[in-house]
Amino acid sequence: MTEEVKAPKKEKIPRQKMPEQPATERRRNFQEVPYGYTPELAMHEAERCIQCKDPRCRQGCPVEIEIPAFIKCLKEGDFEGAIRKIWEKNSLPAVCGRVCPQEVQCEGMCILGKKDAPVAIGNLERFAADYQREKGKQILPPKAPATGKKVAVVGAGPSGLTVAGDLLLKGHEVHIFEALHGPGGVLLYGIPEFRLPKAIVAQECNFLERMGAKIEVNSVIGRSETVDELLEKFDAIFLGVGAGLPVFLKIPGEHFIGVYSANEYLTRSNLMKAYSFPEYDTPIVKGKNVATFGGGNVAMDCARTALRLGADHSYIIYRRSMAELPARTAEVHHAEEEGVEFLLLNNPVRFLGDEATGRLTGVEVLKMELGEPDASGRRRPVPIAGSEYTVDIDTAVIAIGSGSNPLLTKSTPGLALNKWGYIVADPKTGKTMKPRVWAGGDIVTGSATVILAMGAGRMASNSIHDYLTMGW
Amino acid sequence: MFEIVERQELAQGTIISNWIKAPKIAAKAKPGQFVILRANETGERIPLTMADTDPAKGLINIIYMVVGKSTALFKTLKVGQGYLDVIGPLGQPTHLEKVGKVICVGGGTGVAVLHPITRGLKQVGNYVYGVIGARSKDLLIMEDRMKAASNELMICTDDGTYGHKGFVTDKLRETLQKDKDIKLAVCIGPVPMMKFCCKVTEEFGVKTLVSLNPIMVDGTGMCGCCRVKVADKMQFACVDGPEFDGHQVDWDELNLRLRSYMVEEKVSYDQFKECHGGGKCSCCS
Repeated sequence: MTEEVKAPKKEKIPRQKMPEQPATERRRNFQEVPYGYTPELAMHEAERCIQCKDPRCRQGCPVEIEIPAFIKCLKEGDFEGAIRKIWEKNSLPAVCGRVCPQEVQCEGMCILGKKDAPVAIGNLERFAADYQREKGKQILPPKAPATGKKVAVVGAGPSGLTVAGDLLLKGHEVHIFEALHGPGGVLLYGIPEFRLPKAIVAQECNFLERMGAKIEVNSVIGRSETVDELLEKFDAIFLGVGAGLPVFLKIPGEHFIGVYSANEYLTRSNLMKAYSFPEYDTPIVKGKNVATFGGGNVAMDCARTALRLGADHSYIIYRRSMAELPARTAEVHHAEEEGVEFLLLNNPVRFLGDEATGRLTGVEVLKMELGEPDASGRRRPVPIAGSEYTVDIDTAVIAIGSGSNPLLTKSTPGLALNKWGYIVADPKTGKTMKPRVWAGGDIVTGSATVILAMGAGRMASNSIHDYLTMGW
Repeated sequence: MFEIVERQELAQGTIISNWIKAPKIAAKAKPGQFVILRANETGERIPLTMADTDPAKGLINIIYMVVGKSTALFKTLKVGQGYLDVIGPLGQPTHLEKVGKVICVGGGTGVAVLHPITRGLKQVGNYVYGVIGARSKDLLIMEDRMKAASNELMICTDDGTYGHKGFVTDKLRETLQKDKDIKLAVCIGPVPMMKFCCKVTEEFGVKTLVSLNPIMVDGTGMCGCCRVKVADKMQFACVDGPEFDGHQVDWDELNLRLRSYMVEEKVSYDQFKECHGGGKCSCCS
């Protein structure tokens, strides 16, 4: 039976740390940073959960995993039971266990966190998924009887894969169209190997295929086929194409060789495996002095990638201070441990380059100070006049967010777009203005996190299922 | 896999033509659009503009020059083998409109890109002057197909082994002088050729389309690698192009960015040449 918070009589177990590669080693390799829990560590950590009657952690999960229930299974050593419980709500647990910002979601809500460290829910989810994949029996969750309805999912990223997983369980036929040559979206091209091994992404996608999903790669919907053509063949369509338009700084010198958008830098390194050049054919500039502009998780990924590609100095150049850095604290810590240098309160003015070779040689930056809070509630950075100085760099990565890629939206009449070009969709159902078409993830909200895209996918799949079974 | 059903070596084996089975792409492709190809799991994504399509048979035609590791690897692919990935059609199709008289100028493998555009412009009712060139007769490609695609075809070779001795710009200038009714020029080939063609057409005030070939990765507007400066604005060749107003293109910037990976390209190609045939490289194993 469940225990109440007030009565933890047994000896307090501290939050179990996940063993990880030492910073001095990992800063030069692409292997995953944390090693994962052993079964013993996982069971030990699972014991910390007090099995609240009204679990707050579950409210903090965008896909509403039955967290106490799966943790209970782990505690009892029923690892298969744990993964089955998770699968009811989440088809990408190995991914979520690694990249969700648990500290502001499930773990942020955990009652233990009030006085002590919260239960390591993310680590436990990761363990359950990894154990199943590596050591478990080949099992699949039970599927509802076939409905004969067909759904097209455009984009094999976090939102689309979630929609696919949900609708397969409910007995619908799912066909996923992906523009790149492999499924996963940002999980494949964006998040680096050392945070999310690509073999795991492939296996999560393979899981969906074993569940019955058809995944068609190299399909650029909007070009190879239009949404209207898909509507002739499918009962419903989900658009989860991501934001996917690079944003540049719009300062002089962005044409110099060595200046990358974060999308290009990460796509070369992750999707094309440029870190293994020349074994893999795609090259990347392996800079000695690399500056990444921006302060989000993508910026941290770029700065840490630069170190692994052999940089002597990898800088984060950000116009506000450490307190305003939007990246997860854990990511900033990992970056600091590995030797990323933070040039805070600095704003780039122009790139400098060798006009003859076209190569980047430096960036002129202006020092900033914090003024009054702006619309975002954060203190606005104000330039300090005359404080310009030059940082010598041979590679620059611009990681200041992304915009809406118009390739699909422009070729789809009937979709309503907002002023930034994102698809207008009902925030509760994901329904767009175009009949039988739903949308979710970054192409609706602008760039956000993997799990928020998955949450949007969950809402859309519920609405699609209602439509397919009951009509509008 | 996207199977190669027909393969030809042109220009003494330096230029290769492949007809590839890709029914979905063939059904949709329009003149001016390109595909991205990847030979195998370790391969690069290489953009190539289609030289022709056969929607009835579900085939697309690509013609490329062997210039480095990736194209050398493509060259090893035989009939019955194929590409692991072919993605497309990508880019904006050429705006085909009847304007009266047009001149289409192609150099090197640019002739392959020019071919469907020339044919398209003729099909919509334009009178088409064609000009194609190469360094020498042996390197000239697609003469017959270009002859059929245009009303008049002029041929230039740098060394005079065939047709006019000199550059395509000579014939371009001569034709523009002779016929003042030409309303549009389409010039496709190596960057210096396009740049100088544009200088000529600018003198005559004739609108000029060019097809740019910057380095790309995804080809769907996601990475920004193929950014070019056109009319002082950043444009992505993969989604905004590949065709642009040639008089507005910053050619020097394009030329510099095309050399981004010169060092790496050499490392990769040298390794391939050393290994190829030895059973160790990806194409042999």
